[in-house]
Amino acid sequence: MSLLSNTWFAERLGDHGIHSEYLEDHHPAHMPCLEIRRLDWAHAAEEAKRLGMRLVAIWAAEAGKHDVKAGKRRALYTYMALAHPEHRHALLRTELRGDNPQIHSISQHYIAAYRMERTMQDMFDIDVMDTPDNRPWLKHEHWPESAYGLLHTFDSKTPLQSDPERLDVDYDYVPCDSECAYEISVGPVHAGIIEPGHFRFHAVGEKILNMEERLGYVHKGIERAMKGRTASDGLKLAARVSGDATVGHAWSFAQACEYAADINIPARASYIRGVLCERERIANHIGDIGAICNDAAFAFMHGQCARLREDMARLHKEAFGHRLLMDSLVIGGVAHDIDDATCQKIMQQTLDIAEEVERLRDIYADTASIQQRVIGAGIVSIEDAKDIGLLGFVGRASGHYPDERIEEAYAPYDALNITIPTGKLGGVSTRVWVRFEEIANASRIIIQLLEQLPKGNIQTPWTAPEAGMSGFASIESWRGEIAAWVRFGVDEKIDRYFVRDPSAINWLGLELAVRTVPVPDFPLVNKSFNCSYAGNDL
Amino acid sequence: MLRILHQIFKVGTITEPLVPSEAFEVVGAKLQNTIKQRFRGSLAIRLVDAGSCNGCELEIHAANNAYYDIERFGIHFTASPRFADMLLVTGPVSINMKKALEMTYNAMPTPKLVIAMGDCTINCGVFGQDNYAIAGKVEDIIPVDAVIAGCPPSPSDLIQGILATLTV
Repeated sequence: MSLLSNTWFAERLGDHGIHSEYLEDHHPAHMPCLEIRRLDWAHAAEEAKRLGMRLVAIWAAEAGKHDVKAGKRRALYTYMALAHPEHRHALLRTELRGDNPQIHSISQHYIAAYRMERTMQDMFDIDVMDTPDNRPWLKHEHWPESAYGLLHTFDSKTPLQSDPERLDVDYDYVPCDSECAYEISVGPVHAGIIEPGHFRFHAVGEKILNMEERLGYVHKGIERAMKGRTASDGLKLAARVSGDATVGHAWSFAQACEYAADINIPARASYIRGVLCERERIANHIGDIGAICNDAAFAFMHGQCARLREDMARLHKEAFGHRLLMDSLVIGGVAHDIDDATCQKIMQQTLDIAEEVERLRDIYADTASIQQRVIGAGIVSIEDAKDIGLLGFVGRASGHYPDERIEEAYAPYDALNITIPTGKLGGVSTRVWVRFEEIANASRIIIQLLEQLPKGNIQTPWTAPEAGMSGFASIESWRGEIAAWVRFGVDEKIDRYFVRDPSAINWLGLELAVRTVPVPDFPLVNKSFNCSYAGNDL
Repeated sequence: MLRILHQIFKVGTITEPLVPSEAFEVVGAKLQNTIKQRFRGSLAIRLVDAGSCNGCELEIHAANNAYYDIERFGIHFTASPRFADMLLVTGPVSINMKKALEMTYNAMPTPKLVIAMGDCTINCGVFGQDNYAIAGKVEDIIPVDAVIAGCPPSPSDLIQGILATLTV
């Protein structure tokens, strides 16, 4: 699995006088982790931006227990992951001052960093300097000010008690003083069967002037809860970061662990993982296309799509033991092998569904009432999409095409020729078009994977790496790139888990997409993004 | 239009007994009768996701698809707690959702039936009870009439759980 060390980014940084040191305790070598000086932090981000890299994530971690020097304060690090379309991923790390943890914001170079920087403030009491927005993000107003969920000194085992004096404190929403504008506040409990979050609209007449998202309601302390678990126990938790992307999250976690321990999984297992992930992609796209149409009162599509999705869930139950494919992966491989008969069944159903979807697509394309609603609604420009670094089908509808199946080319996708739809118009109709294309592509991938399914084992025995080893993985789930970073501590237990769901970035796109659209179009545009709340709030 | 009709007729009626056994028909009929008697043919449910991973929500959606068609029993999901007979809660209750859950419960008229759905509502599931961000199980926050196990429970489990709650 290990490829040659990737020195491209270190060399480019060196060209600009930024000294970096390769960290030996991080895997894989083709996605290196480089230690840089704290004062070079924002400068390195600026150079990365100039090199055409996109920001994957920014997070913090305390040194593990194994790493604490006697009598010394526990070190605190910040990490930044960046990706280049041709030169893959690179991580940067810097150590903060123990007595006064401060770091320069990189939001002026990468706007997508600002919510992740707020999370660092909330969870580690890091002072992010020059940030455009230092309001708390996951740490809601009722939390005691002294609560920092990821510091080792914090009591993470008992439910946090609200500070009685802060119960009625309101979030500092972006104000609107205009006499012509009015406010609509929605949530956290929404009208439908969906996850909780709060949206604050400013509207003039029918048109939305601004929409602000307030998330964090389903924050479940997942990063903290992972601490102290074994890899296989942790996998169950990772599979429930976002229930609709369970394969994607489980895969990214498992792969990060496997990289850290430097173990290769059997080819057959990686092919089955690919089948699971593409099936998940198809099921979610079908469900969403139906739901988008339903939000524009085209109930026929919803009925048909829900039926197809149910057909898939039933076969998943039969072949993999779970309707949503939860717990179908294990560390080192997959939980279920597929025999020839099941293989045939999956191929047949995938073909049937792809064919039905094409038929429905024709009807969708020829129905004026739905086309009138989706065309031109909720546009994100190419410029904005690239600036934010929008991921997955949302990016692909707006001229930004990162796809880890191509860029990272992890197994089994390294053996395939992956094509992706390249949309440009960036509206609801383009996002739907991308999803239809992806259903067709994913079904071709599934057939190819199953036809070429290698023989052999489906699991490699797992041995945890020694304390201090970390691994980073980037997996293209149906929503886009999921980035996961896992560091092992003593006793084969996980010491720090960081995961970035694509929604953490794509939510920013939604705020831009709904500007100037009529208020009743919000559900339609929102559904076309279908960002995860659980994956964002962790 | 013709193609839409063609598709509809080609697929036909696919709504089926929930579990392929006689038990379901009995359950279905019983459910319908109970709803008829106690709720005049219409049971309105308000869903609150108090911290779930979204898995339970997918299965609630599935209970509305043509195979299960939960609405045939007179059950429908409502947008407001003000006219909800039943509250369906998913997930362990996160500290950031506790207040919203209490407010929703308080906004409901009696009988304020509450069903907690999924393993998370039994023991906080994989997220754990010894977790700073989890306020507790649903029953630690509001009174609960029934709990449906599963991660997530299947649509047929959900429908049968609703019946069990109504016939208690």
